[in-house]
Amino acid sequence: MTVESNAGVGMVHSYQIEAGNFTKAGEAASSIKRILRQLGVDANVIRRVSIAAYEAEMNMVIHSIGGTIQVAISPQVIVFKAIDEGPGIEDVNLAMEEGFSTAKDWARELGFGAGMGLPNIKRCSDDFRIQSEVGQGTYLEARFLL
Amino acid sequence: MQGYYHSVTLDEDKCMGCTNCIKRCPTEAIRVRDGKAYIIAERCIDCGECIRICPYHAKIAVTDPLDAIDDYRYKIALPAPTLYGQFENLTSIDSVLNGLRLLGFDDVFEVARGADFATEYTKYQIKHTNPKRPIISSSCPAVVRLIQVRFPELISNLADVQSPMEIAAQIAKDEFSRKHGVDIEEIGAFFITPCAAKATSIRNPLGTEESSVDGAISILDIFGPLSLVMNKDDNPCTTIGLRKSTLKGVGWANSGGEGTSLDIASYLAVDGIPNVIKVLEEIENGKLSDLDFFEGLACVGGCVGGPLVFENNYVAQNRLRKLISKIEDSEPIDRKEFNMALEKYDWKFNKEILPKPIMRLDDDISSAIKKMEELERIYADLPGLDCGSCGSPSCRALAEDIVRGYTTEFDCIIKLREKIRNLAREFGELSDNLPTGMDRSDTGGLKHED
Repeated sequence: MTVESNAGVGMVHSYQIEAGNFTKAGEAASSIKRILRQLGVDANVIRRVSIAAYEAEMNMVIHSIGGTIQVAISPQVIVFKAIDEGPGIEDVNLAMEEGFSTAKDWARELGFGAGMGLPNIKRCSDDFRIQSEVGQGTYLEARFLL
Repeated sequence: MQGYYHSVTLDEDKCMGCTNCIKRCPTEAIRVRDGKAYIIAERCIDCGECIRICPYHAKIAVTDPLDAIDDYRYKIALPAPTLYGQFENLTSIDSVLNGLRLLGFDDVFEVARGADFATEYTKYQIKHTNPKRPIISSSCPAVVRLIQVRFPELISNLADVQSPMEIAAQIAKDEFSRKHGVDIEEIGAFFITPCAAKATSIRNPLGTEESSVDGAISILDIFGPLSLVMNKDDNPCTTIGLRKSTLKGVGWANSGGEGTSLDIASYLAVDGIPNVIKVLEEIENGKLSDLDFFEGLACVGGCVGGPLVFENNYVAQNRLRKLISKIEDSEPIDRKEFNMALEKYDWKFNKEILPKPIMRLDDDISSAIKKMEELERIYADLPGLDCGSCGSPSCRALAEDIVRGYTTEFDCIIKLREKIRNLAREFGELSDNLPTGMDRSDTGGLKHED
């Protein structure tokens, strides 16, 4: 994890996420949760950020070839970003549909791949955007107002 | 004192200032300062982990001595079902209950029976109020306090039911006062406890303004005297028919007992506080969405593993299992009896369970963010060994303590050594820099070598 100060108005925590590493999976979400709690963020917001962060982290572990999770916190807003390096999502609209998943059998056997990840992140956040390009990677941003 | 009473306390004379307890505490509530452990009252959840780990037995649970019952004209014992698991070859619960009477109690009301009522009440709530899932059991007070401190987002999932101990005390006192025509104030109800957290709950109740229980006597303290009197009275007239609890109620002493009693298909029982923390994290992440009921117990094995029991938890668990398979079940609480109890008592929480935001760095979020930046900066500079020598449980906790202004980074022995090494180097360099005219030594001053 690395930390940067953001001109005194907020700070950014970054986490490297490794593809397929289930021993570390969930650590970024846990760390984010702990930080928000120490900052005194409202319990309801923490719960929504936790769910979104966990889903995004698991998505990255299962589907991507690795990437970065960033969370920027200011007194007004929490900006959560999950940026991976590929392989990218073919049809983003389809991926946003509940129940749609491209998870492989091994991931389904582990209890993932219900196709609820992205819709869940969207539902938990106050503002959600996702961009993806095959061969380039995926950029996901979720905002939570304080 | 008021508001932060704890059963778990420190015997300063015995404390050697080692770091075993600080590293085991699930809420990072202990520091070693000036060579002695120090419990941060606001953070302690009375789980008893430090009592178990302390090699010098310096952590103790304060409970009432047996003669405290003499403060009341009438005395009622409220034995936890765990008590039954302490005796070898026990063939009847009645003999334990009668033993308590021989020790000076006027009446006995089993907490296992309180558990029977708690079960019925929880079922009733599930049917009529459709509470948020997963419902999290509120039976273990250490877990409820853990949720207040570390999982405040899950408070709304807590089962809105008083503990079997409270339910037992209410019914016991009420029945005794009506039966004998005495004033409730004259009756003392004493919980026979396997655990420190329950003892704390009497002085510092959860979910109610005032506890109906008047004191707690540890199983450790009562086991000896009780064993002595138990076998001395073989008169069947006095020893039969005291027990009213069902076998499911008795089963609450073991992990999973509550879940089994509720007849809920999708329940999960987890014991041991580090395990409970892991599963609460998963619930918080929204991962266990198909779960209806979660029973989390701070002690390994459930209440049988409490810090104040006499017998090893695995042995006690096995004895209880044997006992349950051997003895006949009692009649369950019937509808009429339950409806009458519903009219008379209110077993919902009558005081809200609030989050305890003691982890927060500052009340103002802007200041908290600044402190967090500072914390991260300090933390990055610490060695990351989590050795505990500074008296804080981890490097991160030390960084937090520094930001809160409780200590400085030179509590870190690694940082201190670094500083001393730099100073020594400076000394060396300074002595090298004597003006040549004044330097009469052969070496030209003290040479410093790396």
